Amino acid sequence: MRVDEQRRLRLALGLAIASALVAAAGMAAGGDGWSPAGLVRALGNAEGRLIVLQIRAPRTLGAWLTGALLGLSGAAAQGLFRNPLADPYLLGSASGAVLGVVLVLAAAALGGHAVSVATAQAIARFGLVGAAFAGALVGVLLTLSLARGAQETMHLLLAGVVVGVLLTAASDLVTTAAPDALRGKQAFLLGSTGFLGWQSCAFMALGLAVTLPVAWRLARVLDALTLGTETAVSLGLTLGRLRLALVAAIALATGVAVSQAGLIAFVGLIAPHLVRRFAPATHGFVLVASAAAGGALLLTADVLARTLIAPREVPVGILTAILGGGYLVWLLRGRRAA
Amino acid sequence: MTRLRATGIEVSLGGTRVLDGVSLDVRPGWTAIVGPNGAGKSTLLRVLAGLRPPDRGEIQLDDAPLASWDPRERARRIAWLTQQGSSSGDLTAREIVLLGRLPHLGLVASPGAADEAAVDRAMAEAECAAWSDRRPQQLSGGEQQRVLLARALAVEAPLLLLDEPTTHLDPPHQAALARLFRRRAAAGTKVVSVLHDLSLALAADRLVLLERGRVRAEGPADEPALHAALVEAFEGAIRIERVGGRWIAFPHLEQ
Repeated sequence: MRVDEQRRLRLALGLAIASALVAAAGMAAGGDGWSPAGLVRALGNAEGRLIVLQIRAPRTLGAWLTGALLGLSGAAAQGLFRNPLADPYLLGSASGAVLGVVLVLAAAALGGHAVSVATAQAIARFGLVGAAFAGALVGVLLTLSLARGAQETMHLLLAGVVVGVLLTAASDLVTTAAPDALRGKQAFLLGSTGFLGWQSCAFMALGLAVTLPVAWRLARVLDALTLGTETAVSLGLTLGRLRLALVAAIALATGVAVSQAGLIAFVGLIAPHLVRRFAPATHGFVLVASAAAGGALLLTADVLARTLIAPREVPVGILTAILGGGYLVWLLRGRRAA
Repeated sequence: MTRLRATGIEVSLGGTRVLDGVSLDVRPGWTAIVGPNGAGKSTLLRVLAGLRPPDRGEIQLDDAPLASWDPRERARRIAWLTQQGSSSGDLTAREIVLLGRLPHLGLVASPGAADEAAVDRAMAEAECAAWSDRRPQQLSGGEQQRVLLARALAVEAPLLLLDEPTTHLDPPHQAALARLFRRRAAAGTKVVSVLHDLSLALAADRLVLLERGRVRAEGPADEPALHAALVEAFEGAIRIERVGGRWIAFPHLEQ
């Protein structure tokens, strides 16, 4: 077996084992910290079983799925933009989701003032999850329309930045008019896996089942793009259409993830980096492995968030930011030393 | 034999006319496109490859407008190598060369024995088979260029358009490239290469001399009238002499 294949196999096995072990740890992580004996005790009575099966199990699976969606979209975004620092929120999905959430949170306060009462009620009925998902998709659509499609990645990147700035300004404006929405906005910005139930898991599993095959099918497009846009076109690829499909997959995966867990930082950026560092490969492997790495990363961060200062929790987004930021600093120091 | 013919091509870039009524019928054999910097050589190659539509004029591939071709069908007939190419990813040399089979495979099909054989042939011809498993960051500029050349060869297209294929190559590998073009041309491939090295270009079957976006002269590479046009286009800064049975362009260093 070639060295590359061995490394890929080792990474795949490592991610599977790590995911299984951390998932088991997640099932044993409760209000009194991490306790395998507590898990065994909990499974012995009906109330405990309910907690494990209805709270810990979906949260554990949900954290993995959120991370997988972010890892997948991060790998696709880095391939699409040919930039290892690209992250899935670049296309306007994050700022769109925040605006959606802020609008719902502020709807009651805005009713009769900035918007009509009927409009405010309609917005509120949409719910936080729906608003975040719709907001993320609207953000990406705005980016696409500003960039006039996906023909030029530089236009997409610039349009994403502009849409991000404008939508962030819009949500700041809403929170200025309705300060009550600030706390909810802050929680959404930090991200949380605490409210993930089986319904969220089903929604995210569906999102992954749709976006992973689409992205994987387009993996050769990302491979060809490593040789430059013109070479990819000379190889018979109709890049405008294919890039649009990739943007749709990235937007859908990101929108589904942020609608369930808020803006969890760094997972989409770091997961593909880790994969490429340990087992550099074609995008067919990198996309799938980044999804698995993202899942394992966020699950690990979630278990740490639940146990580090139990019975209180550290917002998981803060932990992923610390872990991700630390990894980038380590990477930077390694490069300087080299 | 696949035909590629350009008629009355005009292209402007940023308000500057880069190609001004260029007509060219790609003949069998190896054709070298030469000319001073800014003559429009790379733009002409891009237009011929279908990567940039001309502002005016027409490109015909097998008697049908180039723009009307299905992109994959076009890509199977025309292989193109960019000037200053590079690979930014983590693909190995072999995986890069295998991308040359994309027009045949599409996005999903797995490479078959014919594709692997084409990759083997291309890597052997470009003399880069020894580092199949290495990645671009582990290769020198010349080694990377040979991998990218093999990628273009692996398409096994009847038309091979190469923009400065000798970039980063040392003299022995430049000579090997010239032999490779002759072999491919003898096997029926129409090879068109933009070359700055005039001595290498003089080893081609035909020369097309571009100057200020126009075809200044065209013909067999050993034609004296063409040599005179070359010297004039380069403002007398070169002289062309026959040395050891080959035409060589010498720059006047004393100027």
